[in-house]
Amino acid sequence: MATTVAEARARDIRVDLLEIGKMVESGSRVLDIGCGDGDLLYHLVHDRRADARGMEISREGVNACVARGLSVVQGDADRDLADYPTGAFDYAILSQTLQAMRDTRAGLEQMLRIGRRAIVSFPNFGFWRVRLQLLFAGRMPDTATLQNPWYNTPNIHLCTIRDFISLCTELGVTIERFIAIDAGGKPSPIAHSPRLANLLAEQALFLLSYDGKRDPAGAPVYSD
Amino acid sequence: MKQAPFRAMNASAQQAPHPNYLEARRLSGLSDDPRGTVTRLEAVPFRLVSGAELDEVQVAYQTYGTLNAARSNAVLVCHALTGDQHVANPHPITGKPGWWELMVGPGQVIDTERYFVICINVLGGCLGTTGPKETNPATGRPWGIDFPVITVADMVRLQAALLDQLGIPDLFCVIGGSMGGMQVLDWAARYPERVFSAIPIATTARHSAQNIAFHEVGRQAIMADPNWAGGAYYGGPGPKAGLSVARMAAHITYLSEAGLHAKFGRKLQDRDALAFGFDADFQIESYLRHQGSTFVERFDANSYLYITRAMDYFDLAADYGGLLANAFRDTRTRFCVVSFTSDWLYPTAESRAIVHALNAVAAQVSFVELETDKGHDSFLLDVPEFYDVLRGFVGAAAERRGI
Repeated sequence: MATTVAEARARDIRVDLLEIGKMVESGSRVLDIGCGDGDLLYHLVHDRRADARGMEISREGVNACVARGLSVVQGDADRDLADYPTGAFDYAILSQTLQAMRDTRAGLEQMLRIGRRAIVSFPNFGFWRVRLQLLFAGRMPDTATLQNPWYNTPNIHLCTIRDFISLCTELGVTIERFIAIDAGGKPSPIAHSPRLANLLAEQALFLLSYDGKRDPAGAPVYSD
Repeated sequence: MKQAPFRAMNASAQQAPHPNYLEARRLSGLSDDPRGTVTRLEAVPFRLVSGAELDEVQVAYQTYGTLNAARSNAVLVCHALTGDQHVANPHPITGKPGWWELMVGPGQVIDTERYFVICINVLGGCLGTTGPKETNPATGRPWGIDFPVITVADMVRLQAALLDQLGIPDLFCVIGGSMGGMQVLDWAARYPERVFSAIPIATTARHSAQNIAFHEVGRQAIMADPNWAGGAYYGGPGPKAGLSVARMAAHITYLSEAGLHAKFGRKLQDRDALAFGFDADFQIESYLRHQGSTFVERFDANSYLYITRAMDYFDLAADYGGLLANAFRDTRTRFCVVSFTSDWLYPTAESRAIVHALNAVAAQVSFVELETDKGHDSFLLDVPEFYDVLRGFVGAAAERRGI
C-alpha cells in the first residue's frame, strides 16, 4: 500500500521514513543508526509503538533527540556498533547513512548481527539524472538526495541499486523486500526489475536478513 | 513520624543558621534545625562494606514536594563531595541559594510541584548524617578518624534503608553529578528494580589514578596541618589552613583552563602593578583563597578525608567480576548519561565507558556530551542546553511512568 504525499505532509515526515515505519512490526525493538534529529525515531516510538533507540554522530542531533524525549546515544556507527550484543534488536535501521560509513560492508554485517533484520535506505547513484549530469555536464551530480558539493560531502561510499544487490549476494544476505522510491518521493512499481529501478529510482529501500524469506508477493530474486 | 531525641551538634553545625535559611524554613512551617529533617535509622546495626558495623546511625535529609498516592513520583537527588541535603533551599550556614536550584524547584527539570524530591546528606558527611564529627556512642566523644572507612556503596545502602523506613518503595528518578553520579550508578546496579530512570552526570564508574592523586594532595594538606591533631580537633581550632588548601587544589580541577583564562586571565587583584611579594597579586589567587576560606566555615576536614576516600575506592566493575556490563545486566532502567567537553576531571571518555557497558546489555540509554568551557562544575552552572536535554529525558520518562 503506497503512502500518499499528503499523508506524509500531514505528519511532517518524509515518505521514505513512513515506508520504513511500515516495515517495522508494531512493538518491536529498533536501533536507528544515524538518526539525525530523530524524525524517524519519533515516528517509530509514537506511531509504531516501537521500543526504538538511536545512535547519532553529531552532538547537535543527539541533544535535539534527547530533548524530544528519545533514547539516543552519541556515537560513531563505524566504531560503536561493535558494543551491542548479538540479536539485541529486531531491526537495525540505516536511513540515508550507508553511503557515509567508512566501512560499509562491515557496517552492514554489524547491523545484521545486532538486529534480526536490517533496513537500509540510500540515494541511488544509478538514477538517470545522476547519469545524465555525469555524461553531459561532466560534473558531479547535484540532485535532491545528493546536494553537497564533492569536496565536503559526507557521502564517501555512494553506490547504485545494482551495486548494493551485488554486495548483499556476496555477503549471503537475503533481500526480503525492496522498495524503489521515484523522483517524486513515492514508492514506485518499477521495483520488480532491478535494472529498471536502478535507472528510474532516486532512492532505494531494502529489508534484509540472513536466511530470511523473500516477500511472498512474488518479488523476484535480486541477483545479477 | 516519631523522632528520637538527638545529642547536641558540634563543630560547624553548631553555628546559628543563616537568616535566609531561617526565613525559608519559617515560610515552609519547618523547624530551625540546620540539618533539615533528622531520623534515626531503625535497621541497625548497619553493616558496612568494610565489615565494620555502626550500632547507631542518624540520617539528615531534605524533602520538597508531595509524594503521590501511588508513591510513584519520588526523585532522589544525590549530592557531590562537598554538597549536602540543601539542594533547593538557602544554605543554613552560608545563606546562599541551594546548590542545585537550577535543576530542582518549582517548574524546573526536577519539578517540585510534580515530583517528591528527597536529598540525603551522605554517610560520612558533616551536616547531620552519621560521620566522623558525630558522637561515637562507645566513647561519648566525636568519632574522628576512629570512624570506619565508608564507600559509595555504603552511602547508597543507607539511602535505600532510609527510603525503606519512609515507605518509599522505588524511585522515579535518581540523579546526581560527580560523586552524586557514582551513587546513581551504584543505585542502578544494586537496586535495578527500584530505579525507573537514572541520570549520572559528569561522573565515572571507576576513580582514575589522576582522580586519586588529586584527592591524596587534599588529604595530605589536611593531615599536614598541626591543628588536625590526628583527627581529634573537635573543640579546638581545627585544620582550617589544611582544609582550605585542599579545597583550593580541588577547585582548580572543577574548572577548565579555557574557563579560567576567560574569567581571570592574568588580571591583577585590586592593584595596577605586580607587588613583588606573596600577597594575592592575581585575581585567580584571590578567588581561590576565597573559595578555601569560605569552605572551611561549612565543611568538616575529617568528612573530607572520608568522602574523598570513598570516591577513590569506587570501582563499580570490580564488584561485578571486573566487567562493567555485568553491573547492568537485564536492567530495565532508562539511563541518561551526560558529560561536558571541558570536564577533564571526569572526561567524556569515562561516560562513554558507561555507555558502552549499557549498550552491551541493550539498556535503554541516552548519552549526550555538552559543549561548554565551564569544566567539571558545568553540571551546577547555567548551561541552557543541559537543562533542555534533561527536561526532554525526564518528561519522556514521566510520561512512560504515567505521572
